[in-house]
Amino acid sequence: MSPSGRATDVVVIGGGHCGLAMSHALSQRSVDHVVIERGEVANAWRTERWDSLRLLTPNWMCRLPGQAYDGRDPDGYMSAADVAGFITRYAARVRAPVAARTTVLRVTTMDEGYRVQTDRGDWSCRAIVLANGACARPALPQLAADVPASVAQWTAKSYRRTADLSPGGVLVVGASATGLQLALEIQKSGRQVLLATGEHVRMPRLYRGRDIQWWLLASGVLDQRIEEMDDPMRARRLPSPQLVGSTERTTLDLNAVRQHGVEVCGRLSGIRGKRALFSGSLRNVCALADLKMNRLLDGFDAWARGQGMDREVADIRRDRATEVAASPRLGVDLGCDVRTIVWATGYRPDYGWLDVPVFDRRGNLRHDRGVVDAPGLYVLGLPFLRKRKSSFIHGAEDDVSEIAAHLFGHLDRAAGLTRRGDPVLT
Amino acid sequence: MTNQAQAQAQAEPQAPRADNGVNVDALLTARAALTEAPEGARFKWRATSQWVNGTQSRATVDGFFGLGAEQCHRRTFEFDTDHPEIFAATDNGATPVEYVLVGLAGCLSAGIASVAQYRNIQLRSVRATLEAGMDLQGVLGIDDNVRNGFDGIKVHYDIDADATPEQIAALVAQSQKRSAVFDIVTNPTDVSVTSSKV
Repeated sequence: MSPSGRATDVVVIGGGHCGLAMSHALSQRSVDHVVIERGEVANAWRTERWDSLRLLTPNWMCRLPGQAYDGRDPDGYMSAADVAGFITRYAARVRAPVAARTTVLRVTTMDEGYRVQTDRGDWSCRAIVLANGACARPALPQLAADVPASVAQWTAKSYRRTADLSPGGVLVVGASATGLQLALEIQKSGRQVLLATGEHVRMPRLYRGRDIQWWLLASGVLDQRIEEMDDPMRARRLPSPQLVGSTERTTLDLNAVRQHGVEVCGRLSGIRGKRALFSGSLRNVCALADLKMNRLLDGFDAWARGQGMDREVADIRRDRATEVAASPRLGVDLGCDVRTIVWATGYRPDYGWLDVPVFDRRGNLRHDRGVVDAPGLYVLGLPFLRKRKSSFIHGAEDDVSEIAAHLFGHLDRAAGLTRRGDPVLT
Repeated sequence: MTNQAQAQAQAEPQAPRADNGVNVDALLTARAALTEAPEGARFKWRATSQWVNGTQSRATVDGFFGLGAEQCHRRTFEFDTDHPEIFAATDNGATPVEYVLVGLAGCLSAGIASVAQYRNIQLRSVRATLEAGMDLQGVLGIDDNVRNGFDGIKVHYDIDADATPEQIAALVAQSQKRSAVFDIVTNPTDVSVTSSKV
């Protein structure tokens, strides 16, 4: 340990909802720990979201261990500032020991634990929880490098509002919740939007009178475990469903954005000189999304029948199939028809400072449901980490309780105290 | 076998297994093996072609590279390409553009059979009808604004199977999602053509 270093049992990296929920679990067991946060608590919600963003989950679903939503609009959707407030109140409630404005520079193994170097001194610890988020950096496709310099580029992380965009046409790449929300907002600002659409997940905001998230939660879909999935890799890569949180609780799908004038084309598949090329597979990705949506809703109907709830919910009504133009566009000239590209192509976590050999050949963290492939190292908050709801705010509770159980076992073993009856993670 | 398939098999011991002649277990084993050893997944497909006369050529396919080694087809396959008599040609084979349709149909139908096998759906007949539009003003150099190739491809499947219309639609959609030829015709591919004097 360096002279300036401090020792603790657990360092939690990231003061977002996951890190704070873990802090709560550690405090309940009186485990000495610190939560290192590069900014203030809920930093990403304060500084890295676009202005109009609202959660995809209704307020009544937002809960953390020991704190439920207690506002007056349970069916509404929080803004980023609301979420920051919710998380900040939680940090105070659980008295999280947060070291704010502290940036982790490097993590290395040391003796029986780890050394965490920060710009405000070092920590030594026996366990680390990576809770620095799944949305650390935008994931751009390789072809982004071929975009001509005359075209302005934004990502879902750098974009804030339409006023920041130059005039002229905009290509939005990606048709998840983010892509559709930004496409609609930008189209409404008077710029012609082209929306490049690959595989996507379509869902109505309300189904049979209830929020789609209610159906997902009540029917057990959000509690599905990753080990139940046929193809876990695919389940984790699934883009966020086409949803928006609005006062009107409207459905946001390709039909809706087309109605506002957005031109929908296939996946961006190449850039040749100044020309962007789109895949001819648009019809199929729309057919796939429609089929999957209807299978999901069929499942909800069967579940409701089985629960004897058929008369408690509204009648079955399905949205019409996704309409595709007779000849979807296969290319566009960048620089003239398109002056701006907004990449809504997802995010990746960033563990660039983690100097521990826990990465596979693709650079992904090697872990089993949050238990990283190095003793005492854990990760939280990744999509479908343990359950389908893992990356939601309300998903932290179950993951934290299961991973904390493993972590306590590790600390006990490290201390040579094997207590009987401790929960064991299987 | 997947968890889901296992659970299904246990839950319905009487349910007959579909047999479309596809060895799904072998495919799943290969998928698992190639996930561990991705260099084995890098294949090279090859063909040679010899000009015969006029617009006729004869292509030969026999070997390819895959699983880290040179591989051979069971026998050598030959294909004649030519053009029809209305182009004042000898019509000793299908046109090259028709071979593109042949390749697309073969690829999608193979996908349908495999996905159906995996989903335990018995197929009885799978008939594809393909049509591609092309404006010859492109290849003939009459109008530079007309492309040489297809202006679109329409594929229709008539499928007789133990499945609902939605399940059949899902088979056809999934086969497009995993089809190499569908990808080749819907997305750009870098092509390098070189020559040498012999």
